[in-house]
Amino acid sequence: MNPFSSGTRLRDMIRAIRSCKTAAEERAVVRKECAAIRAAISENDQDYRHRNLAKLMFIHMLGYPTHFGQMECLKLIASSGFPEKRIGYLALMLLLDERQEVLMLVTNSLKQDLNHSNQYIIGLALCALGNICSAEMARDLAPEVERLLQFRDPNIRKKAALCSIRIIKKVPDLAENFINPAASLLREKHHGVLITGVQLCTDLCKVSSEALEYFREKCTEGLVKTLKDMANSSYAPEYDVAGITDPFLHIRLLKLLRILGQGDADASDCMNDILAQVATKIESNKNAGNAILYECVGTIMSIEDNGGLRVLAINILGRFLSNRDNNIRYVALNMLMKAMTVDAQAVQRHRATILECVKDSDASIRKKALDLVYLLVNESNVKPLTKELIEYLEASDQEFKGVLTDKICSLVEKFSPEKIWYIDQMLKVLSEAGSFVKDEVWHALIVVISNASDLHGYSVRALYRALQTTTEQESLVRVAVWCIGEYGDILVNNVGMLDIEEPITVTESDAVDAVEVAIKHHTSDLTTKAMALIALLKLSSRFPSCSARIKDIILQNKQSFVLELQQRSIEFNCILQKHQNIRAALVERMPVLDEATFSGRRAGSLPTSVSTSTGTAHNIPNGIAKPAAAPVADLLDLSSDDAPAPSSSGGNFLQDLLGVDLSTASAPPSTSQPPKGGTDVLLDLLSIGTSPPAQSSSSASDILSSIQDNTASLANLNGLTSLSPLSANGNSPASPAPVMDLLDGFGPSPQKNEENGPAYPSLDAYESSSLRMSFNFSKQPGNPQTTLIQATFTNLSPNVYNDFLFQAAVPKFLQLHLDPASSNTLPANGSISQSMKVTNSQHGKKSLVMRIRIAYKINGKDVLEEGQVNNFPRDL
Amino acid sequence: MANAFDSTLLFMQSLHHKGHSLYEIQVIRELSGLILTRGPKLCNFVDWRGLRVVYKRYASLYFCMCIDQDDNELEILEIIHHYVEVLDRYFGSVCELDLIYNFHKAYFILDELLLAGELQESSKKTVARLVAGQDSLVETAKEQASAISNIIAHATKKVMNPLAIAF
Repeated sequence: MNPFSSGTRLRDMIRAIRSCKTAAEERAVVRKECAAIRAAISENDQDYRHRNLAKLMFIHMLGYPTHFGQMECLKLIASSGFPEKRIGYLALMLLLDERQEVLMLVTNSLKQDLNHSNQYIIGLALCALGNICSAEMARDLAPEVERLLQFRDPNIRKKAALCSIRIIKKVPDLAENFINPAASLLREKHHGVLITGVQLCTDLCKVSSEALEYFREKCTEGLVKTLKDMANSSYAPEYDVAGITDPFLHIRLLKLLRILGQGDADASDCMNDILAQVATKIESNKNAGNAILYECVGTIMSIEDNGGLRVLAINILGRFLSNRDNNIRYVALNMLMKAMTVDAQAVQRHRATILECVKDSDASIRKKALDLVYLLVNESNVKPLTKELIEYLEASDQEFKGVLTDKICSLVEKFSPEKIWYIDQMLKVLSEAGSFVKDEVWHALIVVISNASDLHGYSVRALYRALQTTTEQESLVRVAVWCIGEYGDILVNNVGMLDIEEPITVTESDAVDAVEVAIKHHTSDLTTKAMALIALLKLSSRFPSCSARIKDIILQNKQSFVLELQQRSIEFNCILQKHQNIRAALVERMPVLDEATFSGRRAGSLPTSVSTSTGTAHNIPNGIAKPAAAPVADLLDLSSDDAPAPSSSGGNFLQDLLGVDLSTASAPPSTSQPPKGGTDVLLDLLSIGTSPPAQSSSSASDILSSIQDNTASLANLNGLTSLSPLSANGNSPASPAPVMDLLDGFGPSPQKNEENGPAYPSLDAYESSSLRMSFNFSKQPGNPQTTLIQATFTNLSPNVYNDFLFQAAVPKFLQLHLDPASSNTLPANGSISQSMKVTNSQHGKKSLVMRIRIAYKINGKDVLEEGQVNNFPRDL
Repeated sequence: MANAFDSTLLFMQSLHHKGHSLYEIQVIRELSGLILTRGPKLCNFVDWRGLRVVYKRYASLYFCMCIDQDDNELEILEIIHHYVEVLDRYFGSVCELDLIYNFHKAYFILDELLLAGELQESSKKTVARLVAGQDSLVETAKEQASAISNIIAHATKKVMNPLAIAF
């Protein structure tokens, strides 16, 4: 060891790190090493530079910051010796990526090394360029790489070919320069060059239609011949993998042929024979062979139709599906998914096998198979498939249940042929996996039940029965409790019995028992308990004989620690005691819920809270007639969305009385919300005066009962919203419910600014003759340091700007995060936007400042605009 | 490359495939948690955050690659195996410690096998020859350096160790 060197050897450092027992120890060792390396860097130590950098790479791999070593990479690369360069380039690829500005400095060294006399050094430079080059470097160095495609040593040619791929991906405009050299690579015999050449051609075809045309015309036959020679070649030990000569080359050739054959009948025709030969002759007992077959099937499915080949391909996939190897089954499912678009009928034939895969023990396969089944379902096979899936729901493990439930619910909603089937299936899902069912799904179920007047009896009985077997499934309990509350009398009197039903005897107290269990069960949450309370209130008027008992149960919640329950309990008790005369009318059955309103609200109002698995708006199941919405209900719907928030106490009283608005307990006090003109008028119509409930006189009650018809529907619409735990959103005026659009017409809505903190004027940050950039500012509440900036770029010229790129730099006390722009093309006189986030660590002391650079192209000509923005508002 | 039993995690450029610069440590932790919990007989593919990851286990070492949707998963397994065979030939029945202490060499070999996320050589022999060629260049440089330093040592009559070109 050199006595003058403070550092340890790489090996010793790794050993020291590995022997650390705790993370703290490891950090200490790393800190010490980093300090030594920093010291060496500042002394400009040359002898140990490459060793230090090797250490840094190891430290980097452990996840510690190593940016201070970046400049050292450049120094090593610039040195003359091969060992230094080798480590330097490796460190460059590991420690840096194309986002770092330092990278620009390396362009010159790369250029020199690409022209070096030592071919290994050329190789190093090509490798680095291929792995990390940026668009600018690609432009600068493309001529060098292009030249190296014809270098005498094949090992350089192949590296140059792969490097070209990166270049054309970064700068697609350069593709045309590479078409000819790439085509000549296809005539090579050296496998490495051939593989990389084919790969380069494939990528050229992807970025340039000109290249695709060229290769299709000039090279298809040659490629087919190469593949034929390969397939028929005798044993070649150097390239042999499991008895097949160079499967890698096979696969790449097939991939290129796929692109050439796609959408071109002649080219497809030309390759039919060889594809058939590969598909039939390759042995499928080893992974390498299967990889080729898999690729071949992909090619057959993509090229222009040839009936015989398609059958062959689907048969291979069928064989794959029944393979014991999980990998093979996974790729088969993957390919069948792609084949769905080409030949859905053929895929349907394997339905049974695919369904088996849904039950596989391997999570990756299950997920793939389920996705595929989801695609396979249509009106004609929905019943058997759903049956299978629901049966499997029972056996599946917990993690998978969520995904599976989502898919089943969405299938049932999408393809349901009739209401009774829909209700049946949903009940099964709720009983099996009710806790995985999303809120909007069981909301929809309630809407459907409410609309199917002939099935009320059937549904409530079925739910009652289900409730007897399980009380663990939250959403089942909710739906059941709701139905029992609404249709309790039907349940007890066995009204509307269907032929298929088994008779069931439920007494009034049985029904109350069921609800009582729900309210007392330990797993029931606030929503369930609150719904159970409402159900009890309703039952109290339906079953006069049980009303004393119901009162007891309601009173038990008077001491509840949950404000919401306590409040409800007290209010309901009040109704039971003091308002006998209006109670019956008050708790009348809800009118039919309007499906159109519900599905509209579902699609529009809570976009962030409900993401359905399919991403599509839910359709209310087929076969259900939509009742015409009464105009009066529409009016009330308007007000019902806003009633809890504005301060008209009459409206609030009604809400609370009916106890349907869960949000009041959790939502912030709503007094600060300014009442809106339009809504107020509506609310005043409904208002019954300002007297609080306890003192309400009989005359107030009379008014109440006289507007009973109105309140009932008001309540039910609110009930619907409040079923969701997100009702706080749903009910507050800031919610984006579609009805709000209507209300906007009545008066300005002032909430926006309040939510986003203080408002800042927008700023024209930069303007030139051709371009204007303006900034809009907003802050997240509770985070004054961070400013969200919405930049809008407006094209002031009649030209289209392509490859539009906005860059910004900020001083150290600021942190900048740029999101991608809405588009990289700026149409003439059009505009695009881009948002960014600036965090000011010196908030309050220094104001923002930003240097900007905007690059774009007009008719292929580069334009660069630069500037500095100093006129930010002071307190950002 | 991830290790099942040791906290040391080495992920190779393989994760760099197709320019996803993804080998940040958190990603590795999350991914290795996902992969290490999978049983031995399950398939070697995981869909994760919209990416597809192919992994293969050799003793206690896992080799992983992130791939595009249109890549051939089975072929990637072959490429991983190809790489392991080259490593095996280079180190002589390679083990985990070889790769940890010689991580740079593992990278050098990988750089001869993959470039820009694509396979560049299907012949193990050629890869071995190219790596050996570069190694011998390093050896030569080292010998020259030690020769020079010997001369300096003689000249200065001072005992000094040869400059360690290899670390």
